Amino acid sequence: MLTRLTGGTVYDPTHGINGKVMDIHVRDGRIIAKPQADERVDQEYNCGGKVIMAGAIDMHTHIGGGKVNIARTLLPEDHRADPVAHSDLCRAGCGHAVPSTLTTGYRYAEMGYTAGFEPAVLPMNARHAHLEMGDVPIIDKGGYVMLGSDDLFLRMLAAKKDQNAINDYVAWTINAAQAIGIKVVNAGGINAFKFNQRMLVLDEQNFHYGVTPRDVLKSLSRAVYELNIPHPLHIHGNNLGVPGNVETSLNTMAGVDGYPIHLTHIQFHSYGVEGDRKFSSGAARIAEAINKRKNVSADVGQIMFGQTVTASGDSMAQHRNSGLGSPHKWVCMDIECDAGCGVVPFKYRDKNFVNALQWAIGLEIFLLVEDPWRVFLTTDHPNGAPFTSYPHLIKLLMDKTYRNEVFSHISPDAQSMSTLASIAREYSLYEIAIMTRAGAAKLVGLHDRGHLGVGGAADITVYSDNPDREKMFEKPDYVFKDGQLVVKNGSIVKVTWGATHTVKPEFDRSIEKEISKYYDSFHTVKMQHVKVGNDEIEGDGRGKIVTHALKGRRERTL
Amino acid sequence: MEDFAQAGAVETVTCPSCGLLCDDLQITRDSTSNLEVTKNGCAKSIAFFGNTPKDLSPRVAGKPVNLKQAIAKATEILRNANQPLIAGLGTDVYGMRAVMNLAETANATLDHMNSSGFMRNIQVVQNSGWMITTLTEVKNRVDLLVVVGTDIVSVFPRFFEREVWNKETMFGQDTSQREVVYLGGRNINTDAGIAPSGRKPDVLPCNLERLPEVVAALRALISGKALHAKKIAGIAVADLEKLAQRMLAARYSIVTWSAGVLDFSHAELTIQNLAELVKTLNKTTRSSGLPLGGVEGDMNANQVSTWISGYPMRISYVRGYPEHDPHHFSADRLLASSEADVLFWISSFNPDRTPPTTKAPTVVFGHAHMKLNKEPDVFIPIGTPGVDHKGIMFRTDNVVSLPLQKLRNSTLPTLAEVLSAIERAYKC
Repeated sequence: MLTRLTGGTVYDPTHGINGKVMDIHVRDGRIIAKPQADERVDQEYNCGGKVIMAGAIDMHTHIGGGKVNIARTLLPEDHRADPVAHSDLCRAGCGHAVPSTLTTGYRYAEMGYTAGFEPAVLPMNARHAHLEMGDVPIIDKGGYVMLGSDDLFLRMLAAKKDQNAINDYVAWTINAAQAIGIKVVNAGGINAFKFNQRMLVLDEQNFHYGVTPRDVLKSLSRAVYELNIPHPLHIHGNNLGVPGNVETSLNTMAGVDGYPIHLTHIQFHSYGVEGDRKFSSGAARIAEAINKRKNVSADVGQIMFGQTVTASGDSMAQHRNSGLGSPHKWVCMDIECDAGCGVVPFKYRDKNFVNALQWAIGLEIFLLVEDPWRVFLTTDHPNGAPFTSYPHLIKLLMDKTYRNEVFSHISPDAQSMSTLASIAREYSLYEIAIMTRAGAAKLVGLHDRGHLGVGGAADITVYSDNPDREKMFEKPDYVFKDGQLVVKNGSIVKVTWGATHTVKPEFDRSIEKEISKYYDSFHTVKMQHVKVGNDEIEGDGRGKIVTHALKGRRERTL
Repeated sequence: MEDFAQAGAVETVTCPSCGLLCDDLQITRDSTSNLEVTKNGCAKSIAFFGNTPKDLSPRVAGKPVNLKQAIAKATEILRNANQPLIAGLGTDVYGMRAVMNLAETANATLDHMNSSGFMRNIQVVQNSGWMITTLTEVKNRVDLLVVVGTDIVSVFPRFFEREVWNKETMFGQDTSQREVVYLGGRNINTDAGIAPSGRKPDVLPCNLERLPEVVAALRALISGKALHAKKIAGIAVADLEKLAQRMLAARYSIVTWSAGVLDFSHAELTIQNLAELVKTLNKTTRSSGLPLGGVEGDMNANQVSTWISGYPMRISYVRGYPEHDPHHFSADRLLASSEADVLFWISSFNPDRTPPTTKAPTVVFGHAHMKLNKEPDVFIPIGTPGVDHKGIMFRTDNVVSLPLQKLRNSTLPTLAEVLSAIERAYKC
């Protein structure tokens, strides 16, 4: 099967292609240089005047696992407002803040996204996360597995086990959970909350283990680096949402000995304590630090005004913020001496000073971080807003006039505390392609995705070049997934099942003896049952596991 | 590849006969595929694995037919339905996925056999939420266990053995010092709550239907309110006050209940009071709820339904999109009012969970040992997940899901195979 996309304007930052008119050829799901002389083109799409990018990749989106299902359970009223009936092609479900799995896949694909990564897979809930993601159609998936509040890791750290032992355990965990990255959430804090600690700053000791968040971050960031895992340690910082946490974030960046790290939903961690209300933007300082420290990247976690629900592994922070939620109902869980979760619905309001400033802070970070390869477009779906708001967010980044218009309507007090209106920058299509494709693929370690080079997977999105960027990005003309046309004019035309992306770093197999013994002594399940089997992901005839090479990690800076 | 026809012992078997999902069983298989629990058994698991293998034909109107004929008849019945109801739903995750697909295709309504209990919990989550915990946390942290209205062990036999009187904990706790309080209920067997040292649990009995008052009083006391009453439902307020103080002083208390047992009007409000008093305790110390369930795959039904439709149990695809209503889509109500005109009943774990009496045409997808009071229009025997075929099951805490093993060869189809075949035929 040979497909040709003819005459489109191509943005492929991986290969430095910035708006070049060219043809793209696809054979059997892969991009090829050009067909052989006598080869017949089976399908041709005239893309003259259209914009072509690789399929977009959401590197941080809560699409599968326990807390996502809790969020769904909490908000039947939200679902009732957005029912999705079945069609000849698509199954039924519901949408808005936390869509059903099937609707999640359809809506991502309809926006030109071809992959999404669940950032909070608990080892003890990994099977569940993969089951849910197995019911997300079309797009590729993967997960970052959480460590850092689990008893075994903290126990090893407290016992001052050497780094090789830590590395083995980290590698074992990423294998067991079939994950592609390591995430740490409120380093050590979820655990400390179980001992009734309510805050944990970077150098504060856990009551039981005596280790600090800084110890956890150093050890895990080094492990990820030494294991050659392409995705740097994915850090959800301590003190989420607390005014003044900009200091924690800056100290976190400074405190990892130059090992590569990714700070997720940095907007929620960029708050100062200036002004009458002791709440201010730390965006400029955060951006300056990211600009300076080449080992650091971040995604923003932009908030948008409206109803959503926050679902996080950070039970400590979620419990602290539970009183601020709307509607007022929430769930917090302690989980298996492994992790935790907290789910709190939020309604962000543009006239609310704090919410309005959060919105401005997110945009300030986007616009002040200079290198689009190290900042990523997220709303921390659904925590800042549902992923379906991405086209609107892209317009805010690409259109200064529009941005300032929206800004002029938010809380006047928040306006007075933000420099947003004075920032002239507008993102280019090339920069958007970096942030949502090339950079995201590089960050996650998807070597054959996020670009349109020869040999790459044919995940391709074709847009009409509409000056209204929201309209442009919400409804692509064509989306190809592994070479198959899945979306036409913003609607699904074919339903496929994407792959699950993983890495499989080696480890000393003899550690399984110790881990197994530990499970037998203290846990309620056997070690071997924690491991997610290949057949559990590939069964039911859906998708396949792709294991990526351990190459292309970001380098350490000293 | 394991030879399932051979006799032998299988280690680390996961048992789906209750929501604890103990995964440390040893099962011995003889040369005729009879199974026996040879290590770490309990009354429930021994009965569960003791069901002999059966090579049983499907039946239509009581007459043996082949699977194809049974599927054709079931499909015909489904086609003729205006409002099909798929209930029981005693199955694993894979079976439940197939249920969801068929329900959507046939515009059916779904309810689980344990929903009337489970919905009480769901309504609390939907209305105000809760703070809850999971079994490994219990095992390693609990210092005060408050058991509300249940003995736990008649449904979850190894609960105390595995999670309370365990010898070791992660944090060096002396588990024999753990305190157990039974609150509410009459004539509850509290032997399991006796510490290995012989220390007896505290028991504050009352009639089950008076628990709403007792729990409301306990919540008030924990919130620091003074009560004028001296006794509530026969329990001295001073004793409740003592319990409140112990809960406030505990470092990690756990309040546990089984929603199915709380079978009185508006029990969800009592569960809500339990959930809210746990929240209050967490203002100063740590405490968690532990709702017990996971029996007959109720967690599977809720989880899979929630991610695929967006809603937990009691959903309907009548309008082509999922709708959820804890009252309206109750199987009992739909059958009693004759709104449902066809019943598909599923029970693959438990032969005793037979369909409710109804005049509606009925297709049963049942455990091979199921004994039916009334022969249904179609009976299709299906394999049991964790015995006849592989599966995945959610535990009582709704977080941990475990793989279920195939333990013997079986001629019985899986529920997923049968329902998928019906769905394909229905679409033709």
